[in-house]
Amino acid sequence: MPTDQNPDPATTSHPHNGGVPRIQFEDVVKKFGSTTVLEGLNFSVDRGERVTLIGPSGSGKTTILRLLMTLEELTDGYVWVDGDPLTHDRRDGKRVELKPKQVSAVRKRIGMVFQQFNLFPNMTVLQNIIEAPVHVLGQSTEQARTKALELLDRVGLGDRGDAHPMQLSGGQQQRVAIARALAMDPEILLLDEVTSALDPELVGEVLGVLQDLAATTDITMLIVTHEMQFAQDVSDRVMMFDSGHIIEEGLPAKIFSDPDNERTRQFLQAVR
Amino acid sequence: MWENELFFEAVPLLLEAFIKVTLVVTVLGTLIAVVLGLVWAIAVRELPPLLAAPLRFLVDFIRMTPLPVHLLVIYYAFNSLSAMTVGILVIGVHYSTYMAESYRAGIESIRSGQWEAATALSLPASRTWRAVILPQAIRNTLPSLGNWAIAMFKDTPFLIFISVPEMVTRAREFGGQHFTYVEAMTVAGVLFLLASYPTAVLMRKLEKKLAY
Amino acid sequence: MSDFFSGVATALPRLLGEGLLATLVSFAGGAVVMVLVAVVLGLVEHQAPAWLAVIARVIVELFRGSSLVVQLFFFFYVIPTLTGVDLGSTWTAIIALGLNYGAYGAEVVRGSLNAVPRGQWETTTALSMPWATKMRRVIWPQAWALMLPGFNNLMVMLIKGTAVVSLVLLSDITFEADQLRRQVGLWPAFLSALVIYYLIALVVSTVMRWGEGRAQRRLGLGDFQIRQARRDAAKVLAGAAAAEAGSGGSGARREGRDT
Repeated sequence: MPTDQNPDPATTSHPHNGGVPRIQFEDVVKKFGSTTVLEGLNFSVDRGERVTLIGPSGSGKTTILRLLMTLEELTDGYVWVDGDPLTHDRRDGKRVELKPKQVSAVRKRIGMVFQQFNLFPNMTVLQNIIEAPVHVLGQSTEQARTKALELLDRVGLGDRGDAHPMQLSGGQQQRVAIARALAMDPEILLLDEVTSALDPELVGEVLGVLQDLAATTDITMLIVTHEMQFAQDVSDRVMMFDSGHIIEEGLPAKIFSDPDNERTRQFLQAVR
Repeated sequence: MWENELFFEAVPLLLEAFIKVTLVVTVLGTLIAVVLGLVWAIAVRELPPLLAAPLRFLVDFIRMTPLPVHLLVIYYAFNSLSAMTVGILVIGVHYSTYMAESYRAGIESIRSGQWEAATALSLPASRTWRAVILPQAIRNTLPSLGNWAIAMFKDTPFLIFISVPEMVTRAREFGGQHFTYVEAMTVAGVLFLLASYPTAVLMRKLEKKLAY
Repeated sequence: MSDFFSGVATALPRLLGEGLLATLVSFAGGAVVMVLVAVVLGLVEHQAPAWLAVIARVIVELFRGSSLVVQLFFFFYVIPTLTGVDLGSTWTAIIALGLNYGAYGAEVVRGSLNAVPRGQWETTTALSMPWATKMRRVIWPQAWALMLPGFNNLMVMLIKGTAVVSLVLLSDITFEADQLRRQVGLWPAFLSALVIYYLIALVVSTVMRWGEGRAQRRLGLGDFQIRQARRDAAKVLAGAAAAEAGSGGSGARREGRDT
């Protein structure tokens, strides 16, 4: 994609905070009722970095993405995006909840692709993609449409704009969902097990689109996946989770071939 | 506006009507509906199409037409029956058409494997129904039947059309005699709420409990 | 037999004249009020802050828990005494019918909002949609398709319910039939009335089904979801709780609120 048409938000939106991490989790606690999923979690992600979260189910990976997308409420701690507070700010050492408007301003920098695609069934493919740019970002329909067609081309569905979601295969639906998330020009893209609901033969087309995206843009990506080869190909860093803690992290080459932690070794053997 | 004296006069009067008429109609009407509903549901399934089709039409027709008209027709057509008897019969038959739908849904929810297993064992139809299908179907159907019974209870004031002295009929009479309806209608409304709300909550609980 | 048909011939003009008019006015007015009440109460129950939702819930339970006839008399006899405002027979009938069936409708609306998959609510958050956009463009079109079967049942109930309006002195089909009984005989008068009611219900129900099919096809809903919606609709009618959504529903509810 030519950069002049689609400037990388990483270098245009927030030039002033160059040294600040793109995403920072600080002492994050998340409880569901009496179950503690995350207990004082700390980590950060640099701009443009691709980080894959691996680990057994229930280890808290998906919860991290959902907290970032404000789909779950933080029990305690802070999440910072480009140094801006996401849902809670620290003022005079106190934890203060932000107003919905403030949350929304930061959240607009984040896009998410879901396991179940979640396309809107009452709209065509094209309407799905232009809906938020027009009604949230205030773009003109023409402008949003042009961009949407570009994105559809990019995910290999340039001719399916007028189709209804239910007429598409799972792989095609997921590619539309990726285009829909990209139409918001996110600085951060969250990918939550995006191939887990797909038949095996459809996984490749979705991963192909994502690999292309990783190679041609600077979007920061946080990925939860069970596709270890894909994780190895696109990640700059892999974080291994167990019971809400990062038990090991490092370069994919290192983690996947020679992990230090015994749990990591066991997990990788089990999923391969 | 509100006179305590009238209120205290209305309470025992309406309570009496509630117990002697409203509850009696509801209980007997429910018995009729529960039995007839099952009859309709099984008959429509088992009868030859030539008989089942008109029966289904009749049941649908009753379900889709107003209860007050049914009450009036039967009341005038059978002079020898008391208004109370007509009320119980008509409301029972009317709600049997709803309950038939509930039974039908319960029967349809039973997997075809159950029927096939019964056939494979050469069970006769009557035995299949009694020992295999109905015990499972009725369990699924119970909460729904209960809810229809509550609905019937709330429809008992329709008996005012044939002057059965149920609670609301008495409340209106009482109001007419005292030239104010505030106290009597309030009592009637509250008694309905007191009886139907807890029952409805109970049905919701039962429904959750029977769900799995 | 010829007596019967000449009786019907005498009865029909009156049943289809003044009688039908009063019935249809009660039905149409009641239907408009019903849908308004159902949408407002259902939305408030599902989306508003807890204290407001509780108020809506109480209103719903009040109208579902007491009887239509009691409510009708309340509006006819009691409200004028208490407030000095006399609405007149027609408006009394329309408001009582609309509120009573609207309370059931609120459960239909709430249940349908619950039934919109959680992922749909979450995606609107992920796309940062404001509340109005989210409801208008994404949630409502889907919930609408799910609530139509419920409204279909309620419309038929409402038509039957209009038969009570003669209690507040409106000359509807039931009233006219009772009057005609003395003139043309029991069966010609009442059978004609029943057939008219049946045909109205049939027409309304057919129109509603057509709308259902259209709305559901637009969503590409599967047969399973359509059947599910019908089953839930029947339950609500019987006074049961609207389909308590499982994990999806409560999540959707939370999501629905905080944005």
